[in-house]
Amino acid sequence: MRLTKFTAAFAGLVLAGSLAACGDDSSDSEPEVVTDAEFDSGTTMAKLKEAGSMTVGTKFDQPGFGLLGLEDVPEGFDVEVAKIIAGAMGIAPEDIEWKQASSDIREQVIEDGDVDMVVATYTINEERAERITFAGPYYEAGQQLMVNSDNDSIEGPEDIKDNPDMKVCSVTGSTPSEQIKEYLASDDQLVLFDIYDKCKDALGNGQVDIVTTDNVILLGYVDESDGDFKLVGEQFTEEPYGIGIAKGDVEFCEFINKTLADNEDAYVAAWEATAGEVEGTETPELPEAAPCA
Amino acid sequence: MSQLSVLYDAPGPRAVRRARIGTILAILVFVGFLAVAAKRLNDRGQFASELWSPWANPSDENFSAVWELVGKGLAATLTAATLAIVLSLVLGVLLGVGRLMLGPILRVPVVLWIELFRALPVVVTIVLVWRAFKELKIDLGPLPGDPGLWYLVIGLTLYNSVIIAEILRAGVNSLPSGQGEAALAVGLTNGQTMRAILLPQAFRVMLPALISQLVVALKDTSLAAVVSLGYLELLRRGNLISQNLDNPIQSLLIIATIFILINYALSKLAEYVERRMSRSSGDPAAAAQLEGAGA
Amino acid sequence: MSPVLDNLDLYWQGFLTSLGIIGWALVGSLLLGTLIAAFRVSPVASLRAFGSAWVTVVRNCPLTIVLFFMAFGLPEVGINVSFYTFGVIGLIIYTSAFVCEAIRSGINSVSAGQAEAARAIGLPFTKTLTQVVLPQALRATVPPLGSVQIAMFKNSAVVGAFGVGGDLWSVGRNLTSAQGYAFIPVLTGVAIGYLIITLTAGALLAVLERKVAIAR
Repeated sequence: MRLTKFTAAFAGLVLAGSLAACGDDSSDSEPEVVTDAEFDSGTTMAKLKEAGSMTVGTKFDQPGFGLLGLEDVPEGFDVEVAKIIAGAMGIAPEDIEWKQASSDIREQVIEDGDVDMVVATYTINEERAERITFAGPYYEAGQQLMVNSDNDSIEGPEDIKDNPDMKVCSVTGSTPSEQIKEYLASDDQLVLFDIYDKCKDALGNGQVDIVTTDNVILLGYVDESDGDFKLVGEQFTEEPYGIGIAKGDVEFCEFINKTLADNEDAYVAAWEATAGEVEGTETPELPEAAPCA
Repeated sequence: MSQLSVLYDAPGPRAVRRARIGTILAILVFVGFLAVAAKRLNDRGQFASELWSPWANPSDENFSAVWELVGKGLAATLTAATLAIVLSLVLGVLLGVGRLMLGPILRVPVVLWIELFRALPVVVTIVLVWRAFKELKIDLGPLPGDPGLWYLVIGLTLYNSVIIAEILRAGVNSLPSGQGEAALAVGLTNGQTMRAILLPQAFRVMLPALISQLVVALKDTSLAAVVSLGYLELLRRGNLISQNLDNPIQSLLIIATIFILINYALSKLAEYVERRMSRSSGDPAAAAQLEGAGA
Repeated sequence: MSPVLDNLDLYWQGFLTSLGIIGWALVGSLLLGTLIAAFRVSPVASLRAFGSAWVTVVRNCPLTIVLFFMAFGLPEVGINVSFYTFGVIGLIIYTSAFVCEAIRSGINSVSAGQAEAARAIGLPFTKTLTQVVLPQALRATVPPLGSVQIAMFKNSAVVGAFGVGGDLWSVGRNLTSAQGYAFIPVLTGVAIGYLIITLTAGALLAVLERKVAIAR
């Protein structure tokens, strides 16, 4: 049954999540909450520490990174990364308010000031950097293709043009949906949804032939499909994930970068408890942060 | 139904036999379709117990969590729909009375407003409201609840209030003209005539249409699930649950059933009220006619 | 307004795609709705039951959920067509329930005496229905049927969220989220597109209503 493995993985996730939430002292993935940190007044950090709470935008529908679980709290790598950063400002995980930040509105919620930061499989690119500031990257993903296991005609993005009848699925407003365009025979090949989960369902029932997005997201689906799906070809893009914050908040950006660099153990533990549970993933090393601007 | 039977004679023995054969044939065709669908669903493992048990089996580890989330989603949906209808009623009466009573020039903006929001898709209105409030820097923070709730409620209100305004206008126009004329003849002003004579009667005629409009608003709350408002109403909750359990068909079926049961109860209520009202004066059909097909 | 003017060709394509969806759904929902209405007044009990079950279920279910079932449920029973077709089918199914009710209310509006008189002069059921009741019912049906269809035109925006792509709503979403244009001008363009459709339809309907109006 395709579900059993998934259920097991899911139970693992829930277990890891509940351990962290209960503050069980045996868990080393528990993000450290620093209560005595000092910040210059006027900085975002000082404001948040003063408030004792913050609002974080993340995805609610991205297994392994940010998925609203049945306990009504989001779970995943992005969520854990956010907890590490919040902890360094003395904000406990239960004092974080989670807001849904789907691909199409991420810049918007930052500009509107609805959230203090966005951690949501958020690829750093120039276009977005015009509207917001990115801290990080904290993870390097790469775009790949996922097809049904019995599909032998697609072995990489170059094969898409030769199969103009095949439909490629991605998500509105995502970088993969833009980057795949150069490999398409025509725009009609592209099917767009608001979330990747619909793409996965559409692939499962034959409505689309290829799903493309970042490898780690696809790996989660391959893992839970129990052999129905496979990844093909190499990663053909580089997708550095950053943390989105208000445009020009360099101090906050530098603080985030420093926090991540100082907490590599927590970073690794966060990975292993979430996205790292999926077979075929490798524990990443924290990439070198880009200069803040 | 009693009226429809007028269309054909009381069936004789042959007609009865033919109708019976027709019935059996129709049932066979229908059952055939169902069987094919069921077989295909079964082939794709859609009847596997893992997919259903979180919904149906109280001893399943996820059963209580899942229904708790549905409860939250349902509360969110009902909150949004109720707020939208109450606000629509207030705004709709103002607009409707405005359209009926204002002079030919003052009436123009009201008519334009009504025609504009009647003609826009609700989903476009909701997103426009969200962005307009943000760009105009109107902070909804002081209002209780999630801002996403209010964008949804305001969007729904803009649409439903103009429908209610039109229902009200139709309700007042459906009253015998003698009512208003008599009121004016005994010396009441225009405003008094509207307030004391016309509106109270119009409301009675309108009541079923208003309840039907609640069904429209309730269904439209689910539009929040296809725009990224982040308001977790019933449908969005169902989608998120199915992502955890990987059972979209089963979860959607449950959510759909909940919507259908509530809306069915409401439309039955509307029918009941309409039957009671039809004993009194006025023409409920005229008011009910405006009830459109919401999303 | 420059996002709209810069992408006028996209908007035009979106406008045409939306019109296409609307056109198919208009024809389909009228046919299906009439069929269901015929079921509901037919002498065959099982058809009547089917008709009223159809209306009860479809009318009380949000369009978004109907569309979810089209796009992700139908493939599970082996029906694989494009998302465009799924969207149109969903819109047809949803609208058919309202069309059915509009037609039924039209039939109800014809006074019982008409049917009685028709039968009294010896017309059978089919002739009573097609030559006496329906022609009169049609007139009373035009206004409600018109508003049902205009509501459908607006509902077609929702179809864009289900993988159709290229319709007015999807064009707007693509311009704002993928290409980073500001929402208000882009959405204003989308809104104008739908206003053109619905206001034109409303005006046509008003003309039609005046033509078929009957003094009672």
